[in-house]
Amino acid sequence: MPGSTRASVTLEASAAAAAPRPRAGWRWWGRRFVRNRVAPIGLVIIVASLATALLAPRLVPYDVRAMAPQASLAPPGGQHLFGTDEFGRDVFSRVLVGSRVSLVVAFFSVATAVGLGTTVGLTAGYYGGWWDGVSMRGMDIIFAFPAILLAIAIMAVLGTSLLNLVIAIGIVYTPQFARVARAAALTVRSLEFVDAARALGLGNARIIGRHLIPNILAPVTVQVSLSLSLAILSESALSFLGLGTQPPTPSWGNMLSEGRQFLELAPWNAVFPGLAIMLVVLGFNLLGDGLRDLLDPRLR
Amino acid sequence: MQRYLATRLLALIPVLLGILTVVFVLIRLIPGDAVQLFLGTQVELTPEQMTELRRFFGVDKPMHAQYVDYLSRIVRGDLGVSLRTSRLVLDDILQRLPLSFQLATLALLVAMVIAVPLGIASAVTRNSAFDIFARIGGLLGLSMPSFWLGAMLILVFSRYLHISIGQYVPLTQNPLGTLQSLYLPSLALGAAIAAILMRYVRSSLLEVLGQDYIRTARGKGLRAAAVMLRHALPNAMIPVITVLGFQMGYLLGGTVVIEEIFALPGMGRLVLQAIFQRDYPVVQGVVLVIALLFVVTNLVVDLLYAWIDPRIRYA
Repeated sequence: MPGSTRASVTLEASAAAAAPRPRAGWRWWGRRFVRNRVAPIGLVIIVASLATALLAPRLVPYDVRAMAPQASLAPPGGQHLFGTDEFGRDVFSRVLVGSRVSLVVAFFSVATAVGLGTTVGLTAGYYGGWWDGVSMRGMDIIFAFPAILLAIAIMAVLGTSLLNLVIAIGIVYTPQFARVARAAALTVRSLEFVDAARALGLGNARIIGRHLIPNILAPVTVQVSLSLSLAILSESALSFLGLGTQPPTPSWGNMLSEGRQFLELAPWNAVFPGLAIMLVVLGFNLLGDGLRDLLDPRLR
Repeated sequence: MQRYLATRLLALIPVLLGILTVVFVLIRLIPGDAVQLFLGTQVELTPEQMTELRRFFGVDKPMHAQYVDYLSRIVRGDLGVSLRTSRLVLDDILQRLPLSFQLATLALLVAMVIAVPLGIASAVTRNSAFDIFARIGGLLGLSMPSFWLGAMLILVFSRYLHISIGQYVPLTQNPLGTLQSLYLPSLALGAAIAAILMRYVRSSLLEVLGQDYIRTARGKGLRAAAVMLRHALPNAMIPVITVLGFQMGYLLGGTVVIEEIFALPGMGRLVLQAIFQRDYPVVQGVVLVIALLFVVTNLVVDLLYAWIDPRIRYA
């Protein structure tokens, strides 16, 4: 998970610049999105991966747990498109089914991070005072740990399960959302229309819901896309280390870990899960990059 | 500068305290206490013996007293004793630290050597075929899991190029041997950083090249190379240094995964082994040391940044 901070460095700036603007129509946004070139390619990759993950049970040619010792370590081609592993299991089927764990963990962990992070960031930026100080120092402390190390430590303590994987990765990426949301909330809070809403007697909850949240959507959306790519990398790294998804459930990370033992004899066991990770992460990176160009008001 | 240094050092105290607290809480969340973990499931003791052992480990006291004990021990550099080997945790860490630190530093160097020239070339030839190619390469580098790249490097070097990857030799014994055992792991670890760095160098340089003072420099007849070397590059590199600081966290954390794939006896393998053996004093020690290293590196980068760019320290 390279540089968990890489996105937030620029995003905080763009969040600060995300002042309210005249509402543009969906068609206008659609045209800009398609013209961006990078983002649509990312979106296509992601939609294709999601469709594959959803339909995996119907698409797989073989049962992912069915062992066939006579077909152990068969090379790609023939009956097995990506070859077989040491137990004769079909690597192609396992890569398809493995996408489900990676994507499910990535989506739920980023959802956790968005939920926690934006709540903390919005309230910190809007209310300020002691809550701002305490909550943001808390976020600084999480940020002070290298992301993967904190995830490893949390997994070591909680134990290996899918839910714990979601919790660990979710906590690690929470501060980024908190910072982005806080920066946007700080900017919007001091604008006149928020004063006007307050003067009209609107409560804090409604001001946050009606005025603040719509204004943090752009930077948060970009951060979601980039964080999903980091979350997939984190899940695969944890599973690779034996702290994430446990065999026999296939995930790209644990397939790589098992495939590593036969690297010279049957490299396809390690090559294909890695390529799958790379493709999906690339999709999220392309979408995130494209959206950032699209939604950053300074570039318009 | 001294004032800036003092402010930064003061700001460090709550963060350090926070890190220590998080690690303390994390370790206490583990089901079962230190005595049970120490004994495992094979040994049966009488309640009196258990009470005695609890007192020995200091877990018979209330939580706040344990916390104060823990802080005072850490401040004195006492990271405890391994539950499995009975060795001092600090000794084990100090023995493994040089490898992990050398790996992270070398990876950073590899990243800079790849990223800076490519980023400059990419910015100068903006929108050319080279620029597009370099940017696609950067995105691919960013999307590649480091441990997979490591595995692929091992595969290519050993199976196709027939180049063996040497076992780790300490730097003090044979620097060339160290380099020989670490160049592939550092390439695997540094590739993603190179990708990030290249993008920053490119965008930062493009921003600087659009500034008025660059136009002035060109207008007064300076040659392109002089404009680049004297005016553009020094200014473009300032924000890149901050990014480098952030990436140290990735590098320090990434060593855990890379050491595993290249079978290097560093802190990463120490912590993984400790996790699987439920040796929590070692886990606690390694997590603390890596987090502290990260904080200190960030401080150094901040100071470097302020030293290079006076606008920061007078802000």
